Amino acid sequence: MTPGGTSGAPGVVLVTGVGRYLGAHVAARLAADPRIERVIGVDAPDSGTEFTDLLDRVERIRIDPGALGGLLADLDVDAVVHLALVSSPDPQHGGRSAMKDQNVIGTMQLLAACQRAPRLRKLVVRSSTAAYGVSFRDPAVFTEETEPREVPRGGFGRDILDLEGYVRGFRRRRSDVTATVLRFAPFIGSTADTTLTRYFAQPFVPTVFGRDPRLQFLHFDDALEVLHRSIVEDHPGTYNVAGPGVLSLSQAIRRAGRVAVPVLEPGLSGAAALARSMGFGRYGLDQVDLFVHGRVVDTTRLEQEYHFTPRSTAEAFEDFIRAHHGGVVVTRGQLAAAEQLVLDGIRQVRSAVRDRSS
Amino acid sequence: MSGPGEGRDPQGVGRFDVPQPPAADVEPARRNGHRPAAQVAPTPTPTPTEEIDTAATDEPAGDLVDAPPSGGTEPAVPDRPGDHWDRKVANGLAFLRRRLSGDYEVDEFGFDPELTDAVFHPLLRLLYRDWFRTEVSGVEHVPVDGPALVVGNHSGTVALDALILSAALHDKHPAHRYLRLLGADLVFRMPVVSELARKTGGTVACNPDAERLLGGGDLVGVFPEGFKGIGKLYADRYKLQRFGRGGFVSAALRTGTPIVPVAIVGGEEIYPMLADIKPLARLLKLPYFPVTPTFPWLGPLGMVPLPSKWLIEFCPPIPTAHLTDSADDPLVVFNLADQVRETIQQTLHTLLERRPDPFGP
Repeated sequence: MTPGGTSGAPGVVLVTGVGRYLGAHVAARLAADPRIERVIGVDAPDSGTEFTDLLDRVERIRIDPGALGGLLADLDVDAVVHLALVSSPDPQHGGRSAMKDQNVIGTMQLLAACQRAPRLRKLVVRSSTAAYGVSFRDPAVFTEETEPREVPRGGFGRDILDLEGYVRGFRRRRSDVTATVLRFAPFIGSTADTTLTRYFAQPFVPTVFGRDPRLQFLHFDDALEVLHRSIVEDHPGTYNVAGPGVLSLSQAIRRAGRVAVPVLEPGLSGAAALARSMGFGRYGLDQVDLFVHGRVVDTTRLEQEYHFTPRSTAEAFEDFIRAHHGGVVVTRGQLAAAEQLVLDGIRQVRSAVRDRSS
Repeated sequence: MSGPGEGRDPQGVGRFDVPQPPAADVEPARRNGHRPAAQVAPTPTPTPTEEIDTAATDEPAGDLVDAPPSGGTEPAVPDRPGDHWDRKVANGLAFLRRRLSGDYEVDEFGFDPELTDAVFHPLLRLLYRDWFRTEVSGVEHVPVDGPALVVGNHSGTVALDALILSAALHDKHPAHRYLRLLGADLVFRMPVVSELARKTGGTVACNPDAERLLGGGDLVGVFPEGFKGIGKLYADRYKLQRFGRGGFVSAALRTGTPIVPVAIVGGEEIYPMLADIKPLARLLKLPYFPVTPTFPWLGPLGMVPLPSKWLIEFCPPIPTAHLTDSADDPLVVFNLADQVRETIQQTLHTLLERRPDPFGP
């Protein structure tokens, strides 16, 4: 643990990115925890107001990340939770350059401010399993020690690598602060709304021809639980956070009752670029790479340190399917009925043949 | 959904009482099926069922009916032993439905045991049993449970020997163990091929994956010669190539896993490589471009492997548990790799003496 720091729940917690889904829920949950005196939600000045009812017990500050410097010290912040990450460029909000501003520059500025906050003793940073990059020589399962072999093509993957580099630098300079980096698998669940949930919600789902990547998901509620425990308990280090088990993409699509539309890989990369430049769809090279290589992580360290096992990838996906049954093309009932129909048909033909021959 | 089935029952059930598919959840229908079975059981002769074979194989599930009844399904219907075609069709359809609704499990390496058992192993069985007339010996040297590293010689221009080895080992071994193959990254670069490799239990040849599989108690198959082994000329047949850096030995040492050398004879003759067009290989970014008596002259027909006679022999395991501490000692690793290499080479020679004619019976 950290020398000089007292373990247990911190008094004043600052949460970034409360204008977004994850940040709002984490802040609301921290505010509801009686052990925590004060929760301050930081947000970009131009962020929306969709989560205001959720954040009634959170003090919200709309401020540019560059102006955080003095604020952390003035507010006597004990812990910082950094969740303000953008996972895919949003054409309505500045596209890729705004995304990079927020992910990379925003993190740099926040960490610079943290470095000069004397009372700070805990830092929790949201990262992603995209930190492992993609390569054909990758091992099938990534542990926290695995180094990325190739720099990813996608913007988000590169941002994550930069971000983790800054956190490593921060750890060196402020070894008294308990720094936790959580590498999250893609979120899924009944309420989550992400690029990936939108992808699976379509009736016809594009896939990469000849590739059936292994995927892992994390239920949104489990992500909240792990983030919450990271604040109220002490867990220094880097952790993979994902639902145990694996679904292959084709399997996930079939379980969701959707229809896969295989596309040749160069076509898909081109289509992703085209869709982005034309301003619709938010698929980028990050998604294409994920759908070529897949990504599976080892969660042993999380389970041992947190004494918490997220619900499995299959269960998390099941929960998502239940909430998004609108776009189902083929249901299990229909398949079972078709099976029965064909079987009955064969039996009838066979009995007819047998009758004639006997 | 069960409407049409029930509606047809009253007229049809007396004549063609057949077991319900294992997955059909309609309990009463099954009971119906059994009762008249007792009356009709003596009537059917094998002949009508033979005629119906065609009807059954016309079904899209036809190529799956060869599948052995997979574990966990309901046992065969005792009343009508003659009518196993119906069971096969029902199993095939249930299999199709499970596949289409995603009701199967895949492990973290992407291994799909159900698909391997139902589709890949039956195909490979035809190849190794009927086409190559493979004889397997020494299976008792492969442990019944717990990890082991099976190390073999590589040959044959196309890495068919790895697939044959895994299918034959699974069939002949008393515990029907799956061999988890480690493949070159080129395999995982190619679309379709990469997924076939993963679904049959393969993964990239790298120490983290090998140690993870061995640590989980799996049987891991590795061919340390790599492309040097499969890409060698016919003139160099059954001459073991260099064993790389011995990464497989350090994986075994680190996990204390026994090494089981295996010698495979027959793989060299399936696509005898007479020449290697290196410029073409470089152009296509392949490790070699083979010229065989049939390829590329006969086009796709050249892809048919020649029917050589295969012998596979597993050698006694080499224990490594006492060497766990020397996993990073290059001398120990090289010596052990040499020992494995010598064992395979000598076994190859004895097997070749047992098989004077490569295309014999």
